[in-house]
Amino acid sequence: MAKRHTPAMERIEKKNAKRKKEYRSTPGREAWKRFKRNPTALVGLVLVCALILVAIFAPLLAPYDYAEQNYGAMLQKPGPGHPFGTDAFGRDIFSRVIYGARYSLLIALFCTLAALFSGGLLGIIAGYFGGTVDTVIMRIMDIFQAIPMIMMAMCIVSVLGNGIPQLVAAVMFCSMPTMARNNRAAILRVRGSDYIEASEAIGVGRVRMIVRHMIPNAVGIMIIFFVGFLAVSIMIMSSMSYIGIGLSAPTPEWGLILNEGKMYMTSAPYMMIFPAMMIMITCFAFNLMGDGLRDAFDPRLK
Amino acid sequence: MAKYILRRLVLLIPILLGVSAILFTLKTLTPGDPARLLAGNNATEEQVNAKREELGLNDPVLVQYGRYIFNFVTKGDLGTSYRSGKPIVQEVLPRLSTSIKITFGAVIFGACIGVLLGIISALKKYTWADSLVLVLSMVFQSVPEFVIGLLLILLFAVSWHILPANGIETWKGYIMPMMCIGLSSIANYTRITRSSMLEVLSEDYIRTARAKGQTERNITKKHALRNAIIPVAQSIGNQIGTAIGGGMVLETVFGVPGVGKYIVDAISNRNYPAVIGGALIIAIMLTLINLLVDISFVLIDPRLKTTIISSNKSAPKKKAA
Repeated sequence: MAKRHTPAMERIEKKNAKRKKEYRSTPGREAWKRFKRNPTALVGLVLVCALILVAIFAPLLAPYDYAEQNYGAMLQKPGPGHPFGTDAFGRDIFSRVIYGARYSLLIALFCTLAALFSGGLLGIIAGYFGGTVDTVIMRIMDIFQAIPMIMMAMCIVSVLGNGIPQLVAAVMFCSMPTMARNNRAAILRVRGSDYIEASEAIGVGRVRMIVRHMIPNAVGIMIIFFVGFLAVSIMIMSSMSYIGIGLSAPTPEWGLILNEGKMYMTSAPYMMIFPAMMIMITCFAFNLMGDGLRDAFDPRLK
Repeated sequence: MAKYILRRLVLLIPILLGVSAILFTLKTLTPGDPARLLAGNNATEEQVNAKREELGLNDPVLVQYGRYIFNFVTKGDLGTSYRSGKPIVQEVLPRLSTSIKITFGAVIFGACIGVLLGIISALKKYTWADSLVLVLSMVFQSVPEFVIGLLLILLFAVSWHILPANGIETWKGYIMPMMCIGLSSIANYTRITRSSMLEVLSEDYIRTARAKGQTERNITKKHALRNAIIPVAQSIGNQIGTAIGGGMVLETVFGVPGVGKYIVDAISNRNYPAVIGGALIIAIMLTLINLLVDISFVLIDPRLKTTIISSNKSAPKKKAA
């Protein structure tokens, strides 16, 4: 028997279809809903977005070039021409701090991506295969962890030399154990689920299982580590460049600006206060956002 | 118990061998020819070759590694510093006590403040005090230790002149480095204390204590805190590693003659044997401290024995912070 189509029924069907679409909930949407309700997390998100915008539009925002030296205006106090003052070479600190956002965020992003990729791969392999593979990988990670993170990074940079790629490699190696451990834990949580068992039962292959079923379900936890680690890598990077290891002048990385300013600490403290504030704000923003994400993706962990 | 300690001691061997292997690999990758450096600029090719033979640099890497370990284990020899020509162990060991003092001072300082704040935020949960404590501890966690150090120097040494900015000639020199490392770790203690206190406060025996008319003060101090403090104490082991890492940077900031400053100086002088030797000694110290911390907690709280031993045997590892 054919279905009758009256205008009224069509209207109802349309409405139902619309409602169905509205109520479709995915883990991501649920997390966003919880994230939106968390004021501190939103503050973090806004700060992070602002920093990213500053990094992208640095050439428009900065009044001078970060390496432009002006011997007519050395060691000037903060004032109208130079809002954050100038350093010993007459470089505008405001411009250097603005460009610093670009360098610091970009290097931190590379470091974190490298760490997530290498450590994550090991963690996923260890978590998925379990048994001997797991034991071997995790014991090696234990060994790496016996060396304090920043000391490991400094030793690696001392061998490879200064430079951005070397720094990224150093941070990658020293953060591998933490990343591997976290990703392994994320995979292990997914591994016991019914849908994984079901996929196994219908004969899904290993690679497909990891890529299509496990990673998408563990991605929330991985994002938390990702954002949290951005703060950690900025801290490692700036600490190292402050003591003169990792990056070399005239890169406007915040730690390096602090390093150049420490000689004038008593006479020109403003040279240090502004870059120090930027490091604080950036790490604080990432931590706030990371905490918010943790509560949003995983309310049980709270 | 003896079996547990023995087990842990045996497990130390592969870890220490692995650590030394990693660091030795780094040493072999270093640029420059150590023989040429030690022989001096004016040395002839023959002299350099003789030096190389003397140092055993012509042997395969594995033989060199074996010799490095053998010399360290039997004679306590980690090679000589390029710069001073003295044995590295002799240079590092006197500095070790300074680093240990700062690390322990910092851990105690951080733990006291962190636990105190954690108790406050657990007792006043979901109030402004709770939020304030959480935000405050997160601020300190977010700031790299050296930035806290610089701000403290600007405040206490440059503006107020009450603490020295450099060196540890008097006890006052220890205050700022300890404060910096301690402050950055309070977030960890606050968080663990808060959640563990909240958990304990909802236990039955707390309700019993209230029911029999015990004062709130006694309940917090005697019934809740003593049980809630265990996870906090366990996390100290992890924090010591972080504190040592932070100490390396801060020793440079405050001009403290510790192992960290020694390694940083050696890096800038390209004195690679000293870098690797210093790092190896720090890693050994850290591993031993962690072992001692674990064992002492098992002694204090026998309940832990089962959890620690079983977690050693099979998978679910604790999550790294």
